[in-house]
Amino acid sequence: MNAPTPPAPLRKAIECGVPDNKPHLHPTMIKNYGNWKYHDRPRPGVLHHVSHSGDEIWTVRAGTQRQMDVWTIRKLCDIADQFAEGFVRFTIRSNIEFMVADQKKVEPMIAELEKNGFPVGGTGNSVSMVSHTQGWLHCDIPGTDASGVVKSMMDELYHEFKNEEMPNRVHMSTSCCEINCGGQADIAVIIQHTKPPKINHDLVANVCERPTVVARCPVAAIRPALVNGKPSLEVDEKKCICCGACYPPCPPMQINDPEHSKLAIWVGGKNSNARGKPTFMKMVASGLPNNAPRWPEVNAVVGNILRTYKADARPWERLSDWIDRIGWPRFFEKTGLPFTKYLIDDWRGSRANLNASTHIRF
Amino acid sequence: MAKPMHPTPNLDQLESGPWPSFVTGLKRLAKDKDYVVDILGHLEHSYQTRKGYWKGGTVGVRGYGGGIIPRFTEIKDDKGNPVFKDAAEFHTIRVMPPPGMHYNTATLRQFCDIWEKHGSGLIALHGQSGDIMFQGATTENVQKAFDEINDMGFDLGGAGPAVRTSMSCVGAARCEQSCYDEAKAHREVLNTFLDDIHRPALPYKFKFKFSGCPNDCMNSIQRSDMAVIGTWRDNIRTDDALGKKWFAKHGMNELVNDVVARCPTKAIQIKEIKDVRKDSHFSSVAINDAQALEIDNKDCVRCMHCINVMTGALATGVDKGATVLVGGKRTLKIGDLMGTVVIPFMPLQKDEDYEKLTELGQKIIDFFAENALEHERTGEMIERIGLVNFLEGIEVDIDANMVSTPRMNPYVNTAGWDEEVARINAKKAAA
Repeated sequence: MNAPTPPAPLRKAIECGVPDNKPHLHPTMIKNYGNWKYHDRPRPGVLHHVSHSGDEIWTVRAGTQRQMDVWTIRKLCDIADQFAEGFVRFTIRSNIEFMVADQKKVEPMIAELEKNGFPVGGTGNSVSMVSHTQGWLHCDIPGTDASGVVKSMMDELYHEFKNEEMPNRVHMSTSCCEINCGGQADIAVIIQHTKPPKINHDLVANVCERPTVVARCPVAAIRPALVNGKPSLEVDEKKCICCGACYPPCPPMQINDPEHSKLAIWVGGKNSNARGKPTFMKMVASGLPNNAPRWPEVNAVVGNILRTYKADARPWERLSDWIDRIGWPRFFEKTGLPFTKYLIDDWRGSRANLNASTHIRF
Repeated sequence: MAKPMHPTPNLDQLESGPWPSFVTGLKRLAKDKDYVVDILGHLEHSYQTRKGYWKGGTVGVRGYGGGIIPRFTEIKDDKGNPVFKDAAEFHTIRVMPPPGMHYNTATLRQFCDIWEKHGSGLIALHGQSGDIMFQGATTENVQKAFDEINDMGFDLGGAGPAVRTSMSCVGAARCEQSCYDEAKAHREVLNTFLDDIHRPALPYKFKFKFSGCPNDCMNSIQRSDMAVIGTWRDNIRTDDALGKKWFAKHGMNELVNDVVARCPTKAIQIKEIKDVRKDSHFSSVAINDAQALEIDNKDCVRCMHCINVMTGALATGVDKGATVLVGGKRTLKIGDLMGTVVIPFMPLQKDEDYEKLTELGQKIIDFFAENALEHERTGEMIERIGLVNFLEGIEVDIDANMVSTPRMNPYVNTAGWDEEVARINAKKAAA
C-alpha cells in the first residue's frame, strides 16, 4: 500500500507588523529627518520646508477620490516617478503628496497632475478633502454612501480646495451612521435616523445574541420578548432615540430607511490644541433627505455655512473660534438655519451646554 | 473584455464635475472584470433603493483571527440566489501602512498588481483607522492576496475587539514641529501588540495614535484610546532673522490681531527690545530693530498657534517628549469622549524613553483587558470606575495637569485626607 502523499505545507503568516518607514522616504527627508527648521507655502497646494542643514524640499498636494482603482494609483505613481524621485505619501484626508528637492519640478508636476484630473490644493486655509467612511459600497450598516456625498460636495468646493481663501483651514467629514467613523470636523455630514428599528422577528433568535443587543442600547429601550411564539426582542418606541446601536449586533433590527434616515449637519469640531482646547462638533441642522446621487439639500446647507463663515470670520478663526466670537444665536441668524428644540441637548451632562450666565449678545 | 454593464443611471451622475470620480475608476476596472461589473450593479441598486446590502460573516487568513472584513451580498432573488452573482462576496483586507503613510512607488505598483490579480482592483488610501484597504475579494482569493502582500513585508491590521491599526503624522520626516520620532514610537508600540492585533480577545477595540505636536494632525485626542502627542518643556525657540522677515511681510496689525491677541493664556507681549525680561523662562524674538515679542514660557500651554503663524521665527523647544491622553472615542454608546491626560510629560529621546512608552501601553491594555466590560471602550471604563482607580491600576501618580478644575461637589468621603497628604509629602521628601 502506498503511503498517502503528505499535503504541501501551508504558508504561515509572517507577523511582521508595522513596516519601517525609511524605505519609503525621499532621500532628502531621510537626510534631514528630525532636523527641519520652518516651512512656508509658496502657493496653494505647495509646501516648502527648509532644514537646519539648509536643504529644502517642496511638497505638492493633490486631491484623490480615496477609493482608487489600480489605474489611478499607477498614474499617480507615473507622475511620482517622473517628477518626485518615486516617493509619495498620503494625508489623513486622502490627499496625495509628492516631495521634490528641485523647485524647478514643481510647476511641471502641478501641470501634469491637473492635466490628469487631480486638483492641486488642500493646504493652509483651504477646504481640504472630506474624510469619510465606506457607505453602500462596502459597509454592513450604512445609511448612505459617503463616497457619493463627498464627490458631490467636493465638486461644489473645488475652488475652495484649490485656493486658500478661507479664514483658516476647514476640515470636513461624512459618516454613514451615528457611530461617525468620519470623525470630528469643522463641518460634518452624518446620518440621523428618525424611526425605531423595524424588527424581523423570524430571524432575531437565530441571528442575534439577545442579551448583547439589550446591553447595547444607550437608553434601555430594548427588552427580550416572545413574538409569535418565538424568542425575539422588542423596542419601547417612546424611549427609542433611533441611534442604530442595536443594528450592528442584530441585523434583523433594520434601522436604515430610504425615507426616514435623514442627514444632519454638525459644525465646530476642532482636533487641534491651537488657541482653544480641542472641541466636539455640534448639531445645527437635521432632517435633510438622503437624496442620492447628488444630495443637493446637503450641499446647499454646507455651502451656506461655508459662505457665511468665509465672509464673516477673521483670519485664523476656525469655525469653532468664529462661533465663539459671534455666539450661537448669531450663527443661526447669519446662516438662516432654524434653531429648533432638537438642538437643545438633553443627553447626560447636558446642562453644562446651557447658558448659565447673562452673557447675551444683543 | 468583461460582460456587459448593468445600467447605472444614478452612479453615472457621479462622473460629472471636476473632482476625481470613484465611479469612473470602478468603470475602468469593470472593462476587464465581471466582478466589478456586478459591484457597480450592486452599488446602483443601493442608490436606487437607498439602502445597504452587505452582511458580515467569518472570513480570515490562516493563523489570524481578524484583519479581514467579510461581506456577503444580501441582494437575492426569490430562490435565494445572488442577483449580482459575480459580486456575491466582497471582502476587504486591512493592511497596516508604514508610519506617516509614506510609500515608494515600487510598493504601490506591487500592491496594484496583486490586487488586480486577486481582487477587485479597488484600493482605499486610507480607511478611517489608517489601514490600506484592499476592497473586494472573494473568500477563495483572500488568502492568496494576503500571502503575496505579506511576502512584501506588510501585515494585516486590526478588526473587532482588538488593538487596531495605528496612525502617525508626517512627523520628523518632513515637519519642523515634530517633537519626537513618531514613526519609531508607532512601530515599537504597535509591534509589541501583534498578538492583540491579529487575535481579537480584548473587551473592545483599542486604538493608539501618534501626533508629533499639539496640532494633533492625527486627531488623536478625539479618536484614540491612547494618544501620544509631542510637546516640549523648555522655552519656545526663536530666530530673529525670520522674526523680522515675518514682520516686514505682515506688519503690526497682523502681529497684534493674529498672534498676540490669539494667545490663549496671554503669554505674549510686545516689548521694546531693551525692556525684554531676561529670566530663564522668557523667550523673545525681534520683529524689527527696536521691538520684540516676549513670551513667558511658564504661562505658555504649548497650543502651537503662534508657532503655526510665525513658522521658523518661533519653534518648539528642544527638551522634547510627549503628553499621553487616554480614553478618547467616537459616539456610540455613551456619547463622544475626549482623551484625558494621564502623563503630562514623558521624554521621548533615548531608546529607553520609547521602551517606557511601550510599557505604559502594555499596562493600560492589561488593565483594560482585565477590567472593561464587554464592548466597553477605555474611556467608558474610566467614566464608570473613575480616573483615580484607573491611575492606581496602571500605577501612575495623580497630577493636577489631569483635571480642568478640582472637584465641584462635596460627594466624596475625605476621611483618608491626612494619610494622603502624608503620603504625598513623604514622596516629595524622598524625591
